[in-house]
Amino acid sequence: MTDQTPPPSLDELEARLRDARRSAESSSFSPTQRKDEAGNGWLGIAFRIGAELVAAMVVGVGGGLVIDRWLGTSPWGLIVMFVLGSAAAMLNVYRAVNGMGYAVGYRRPDAGANSGGGTNSTPAKDEGEGNRGH
Amino acid sequence: MATDPLHQFRIEQIVPLHLAGHDVSFTNSSLYMVVAAVLITGLLVAGTASRALVPGRLQSVAEMLYEFVSGMVRDNAGAQARPFFPLVFSIFAFVLFGNMIGMIPGTFTFTSHIIVTFTLAALVFVFVTVLALIRHGFHFFSYFFPSGAPIALAPILIPIEVISYLTRPVSLSIRLFANMMAGHTMLKVFAGFTITMIGALGAVGWLAGVLPLVINVALIGFEIMVAFLQAYVFTILTCLYIRDAIELH
Repeated sequence: MTDQTPPPSLDELEARLRDARRSAESSSFSPTQRKDEAGNGWLGIAFRIGAELVAAMVVGVGGGLVIDRWLGTSPWGLIVMFVLGSAAAMLNVYRAVNGMGYAVGYRRPDAGANSGGGTNSTPAKDEGEGNRGH
Repeated sequence: MATDPLHQFRIEQIVPLHLAGHDVSFTNSSLYMVVAAVLITGLLVAGTASRALVPGRLQSVAEMLYEFVSGMVRDNAGAQARPFFPLVFSIFAFVLFGNMIGMIPGTFTFTSHIIVTFTLAALVFVFVTVLALIRHGFHFFSYFFPSGAPIALAPILIPIEVISYLTRPVSLSIRLFANMMAGHTMLKVFAGFTITMIGALGAVGWLAGVLPLVINVALIGFEIMVAFLQAYVFTILTCLYIRDAIELH
């Protein structure tokens, strides 16, 4: 069966090779990035968000308990760190949902990087969101 | 006893070892980590041995694995992250094989232990932090305080940002461990239903026991997907962290 299909012409091969080379060289952010994140779907997002909430609380409360034991400030360390941990949890969820990455101070590199996605927004809006988010 | 759903997570010593007062025994967990490492190495060595232009089965798998991770690094961490591809690949392969080996009945899933996943996550965390420090020096710390915010808010914002940053390894490890452990427990619980019903109801139990078995078949498919998805998520986040460390706006 496979014998009957003619082999691709050299031109075709050349074009494919060029495409492959270009995609290998293409710098950082191709539009596929947005597609990948969207393709990951609700399931991936759900898995991420749940853990995010728990983790920030673990760090907050755990850190509070450690501070209390270390400085003998019980229960204030726990109370303060609990509140801060909750805030950090919300912040993390906000960032994760917003597609802003998880990083401290992280912002979308530029408007060109997130073209072709539903989350596309103008740089000015991004800036505003970034500030409000913190 | 046979239906204890948590029995599968028990760590058993194979070769008891003690080093400077610490228990460093070779356990079943270690054994399966070694198995995973050997399988990965074996796959890649055997897969790339022939270097055929038209790849055989094994070579195809090895190439697919390589290209998948390579694409992931390129798309999520950027072209500058190329030097860190080996790290990302090792993490992905190790987690993926750990998860997948665990899907074989009777094996031990080392990724269902938080100490294992936390060690992996801590490795990523320390690596990324050191990378950011080397690349950006003390400039790195300026990002615990977002630019443009009123200075009066610093006492609140900085701790929140620091906690948010410290959350990374914890959320990374909790996500992987919780998913693997929950999934495997669920499989065991449903399998246990079948056995309990057969034991309690006799002939009727054989019929009734089919239902949990059917559910288990579907769950195993789901768990295989989760096993892959979790390895994928772990690696994607590693890539994103590396990108943050490199670009650090």
